[in-house]
Amino acid sequence: MTSKAFGAFLIRAYIVIFLAFMLLPLVIMGGAAFNDTKFPSIYPWMGLTDRWFVDLWTDERMWGSARNTILVGLAVVAISVPIGTAAAILINSVQARTRSFLYGFMVAPILTPGAVIGISTLLFWNQFNVPAGLHLSILGQVSFIAAYVMLLVLARLQSFDFGLEEAAMDLGASHAQVMRRILIPHLYPAIGAGALIAFFQSAENFNVTLFTRGNSDTLTVYVGSKIRSGITPTINALALILILFTIVAAFAYEIKRRREQIRQQALDAAATKE
Amino acid sequence: MSELYRRYGKLLTLIMILLTAFWLLALVIIPNIVLFEFSFESYLPVDQLGGPLDVYSLKNYETFIYSPIHIRIFFQTIIYSSLVTLLCLCMSYPVAFYLAKVIRIENAPTIFLLLLIPLWVSEILRSFAWFIILSFQGPLNALLLGIGIIGKPIRWISGFNGVIIGLIYSYILFMLFPVYNAISSLDSNQIEASEDLGAPLWRTHWRVVIPHAKPGIASGCVMVFMLCAGSVIVPSTLAAPNSRWFTEIIQQWMFEGLDWNVGSAYAFLLLVLCILFVSIVMRVLNVRLVDIAK
Amino acid sequence: MSEAVELSKVSMDFAQFRAVNKVDVTIKAGEFFSFLGPSGCGKTTILRLISGFMDPTEGAVKIGGVDMIGIRPNARPTALIFQNLALFPLMPVWENISFGLEVRGVDKATRRAKAEELLNLVELYDSADKKISQLSGGQKQRVAIARALAVEPKVMLLDEPLSALDLKLRQHMRAELRAIQKRTGVTFIYITHDQGEALAMSDRVGVMSQGILQQVGTPMEIYNNPANGFVASFVGENNIFEGTVKSVKAGVASFATALGNFETRLGKGVAAGSKAKIYVRPEHTALQKTTAPKANSVPVEVGDVAFEGNFVNIFVRDRLGGTHMIQAQNDPNIALPANGSKMHMVFAPEHAVVLAAAATSSQS
Repeated sequence: MTSKAFGAFLIRAYIVIFLAFMLLPLVIMGGAAFNDTKFPSIYPWMGLTDRWFVDLWTDERMWGSARNTILVGLAVVAISVPIGTAAAILINSVQARTRSFLYGFMVAPILTPGAVIGISTLLFWNQFNVPAGLHLSILGQVSFIAAYVMLLVLARLQSFDFGLEEAAMDLGASHAQVMRRILIPHLYPAIGAGALIAFFQSAENFNVTLFTRGNSDTLTVYVGSKIRSGITPTINALALILILFTIVAAFAYEIKRRREQIRQQALDAAATKE
Repeated sequence: MSELYRRYGKLLTLIMILLTAFWLLALVIIPNIVLFEFSFESYLPVDQLGGPLDVYSLKNYETFIYSPIHIRIFFQTIIYSSLVTLLCLCMSYPVAFYLAKVIRIENAPTIFLLLLIPLWVSEILRSFAWFIILSFQGPLNALLLGIGIIGKPIRWISGFNGVIIGLIYSYILFMLFPVYNAISSLDSNQIEASEDLGAPLWRTHWRVVIPHAKPGIASGCVMVFMLCAGSVIVPSTLAAPNSRWFTEIIQQWMFEGLDWNVGSAYAFLLLVLCILFVSIVMRVLNVRLVDIAK
Repeated sequence: MSEAVELSKVSMDFAQFRAVNKVDVTIKAGEFFSFLGPSGCGKTTILRLISGFMDPTEGAVKIGGVDMIGIRPNARPTALIFQNLALFPLMPVWENISFGLEVRGVDKATRRAKAEELLNLVELYDSADKKISQLSGGQKQRVAIARALAVEPKVMLLDEPLSALDLKLRQHMRAELRAIQKRTGVTFIYITHDQGEALAMSDRVGVMSQGILQQVGTPMEIYNNPANGFVASFVGENNIFEGTVKSVKAGVASFATALGNFETRLGKGVAAGSKAKIYVRPEHTALQKTTAPKANSVPVEVGDVAFEGNFVNIFVRDRLGGTHMIQAQNDPNIALPANGSKMHMVFAPEHAVVLAAAATSSQS
């Protein structure tokens, strides 16, 4: 084996180990959901069971927190997508100096620890006698998730030809028509991706939610309290379901992306042929 | 602003400004000012609000300064967060380079998909997975005992071991993806040119690839450090009694001590720490905020 | 159907410079008018002033006698064809064409019918449901024209729409545009830096430089009687000699140069005694073995000879090193001069003209 081939072998081996490091823990965690032991593990194997799924199914608190997670996620999408989109359009059309100033404030929440965001949100609304609760979790999450949406939309805006707006206006379109028919359709892919990311970011958020939730639960908080109070493999059952859900979502997203790519290639080929 | 008005008219411009202003003022800037102000006030019963004790003071920060345990935990948090950041960089750089420049183009999406799955799984489940693996009677000890590497089970979750492994596992992808993005924008011809000119592998990376990937490295370092230092769930799942994390102290003040004023002073310290880290990284790597947050 | 466009003393200032300087011209209803000039001469700014994306710093813009200042582009009776066409990539062809009707609240069936009708007008059949990215360059051009015509503009503004096409298609589209203009009778205002386009298509041409309208005239006037040195050298080729006007007698100037004295016509704004340049078109010069008695003559040495097919370009050098071009019709009976041979370049006094340099702000 030459040294070059040995190097290539080493890096491949490393990639495989890295992927195993990233994925095996999830497999082990999922596998433990079927093991018939009180303490979640895959070893020693005490036999296959579905009782942890049954336990999970009958857990009222889990259903409540799952419902809360979805409601909070939808609310975060509904608020952060318009805010992020508006902010991206706004920042894209101001002067360079104002832009970098505003940009700093807009990305700051991404670089702020969730605990700080949670506490400051709690204190701020406490000033107006708004008690802690999921409504504060929503606002706290929006403060940094809107920044993700803003960055996605801003990137998409770079490829927008503002001549199209002028063309539409020249043809008699009003400002609202320009926005609705020309700009927003161009931004749809970024807005869609932003909505998806906003929902997932919200669903898996723990830090901001922990400090703002009051007495309400979301799934992450529910899992967190289970881990502290008494671990049973029901958590693994829930984890497995969530992972499968994630895998399905990731695949759907990827398939859609590839279809788009193939369609685009076909269009390009058709255009160059003529 | 006049450009916006010209393009979208009065009403839409007003709506966009209001939305952005609500976000930046009510959700970002003023809450942090309130946090700052709170950290200088004292925790008082309702009947003493406005009384002689209701004045600004450094009392809450003094609580920190006169608590050697809290100071030690604060610095441990900094040191171990920095260590995890460095480890994440070293571990993910080869993978990022391999994905960006070596792998065949048709295989890349599959590996990405495999990596996206752990990224999208909640960090609480990710640290729970390691809680199972590292537990005293867990699969890792069983495996190592089984193949005879160790004679008796090891207590993995002791000191900061568990926390470090959990933090790396939870946040390494926040390093991998920005570094990958930065490297893939490098023209492959530059790497070949460097090799062609006789540079050994390490020099090509040191002089060509890494300088190009600097914004991505900066972005990854800032994100990973912030996530580590601010992590609540990983330490609370994987820490041993002797390895506590600064966020746990903040939680104590907020939920157990119920002294929100001291809590906000501690939270503010954490914020300052992250701001400091961001500015140091920007200074050392000579990148702008726009390069970091992409 | 169509309206006149009146620009009176229109100026446009940007932060650093004056892009348009007191432009004063009336474009007649139904006319095909071109603004011709190099990039940065202010012609695109004029277009944006007419279409309403900007209002002038000074002066008035009127369309059909109505003052347009303060009226937004979506309320002006103009339609603009953009340099990059600005077709909406996410809408199929027919929606692009009928967009102007859509925003006016026209129902779908009527819009569709109108789009089909316009597609026939621009000779683009069976393309209504295609995507913009499926069209070729020339087809996109036609869609852009159809889209502009759909709103039945009184004035059509075209910003170098042919510049992205290859040479053959460009020549084809010139004729097409001209034909569409005649068919519809709409006033066309065309912006270009390509003199060939401007001369071939336009009823009248306005030549611009540094924000100033240098000359307005029919293509023949512009080419044959350029108002100044800028117009002469921007439109077509010229041989240029520098010197001083010695005297003027009965419209004929005596012009002294380092290569000898020439007799020429005298252009506007040039006085006896002033330094100036004379301009002679290559096709108005000839190459002879001997000097001609009644013509101006310069002894030259023949350099490169470029055979172009129907004509020949002969490049020559005078004794001071200046190069000139002589253009002759292809004549199989006459041998081409040999490289290096000593000959005389001759031109008649009526084909040479003394011109001042370009008009500057103080003159206009």
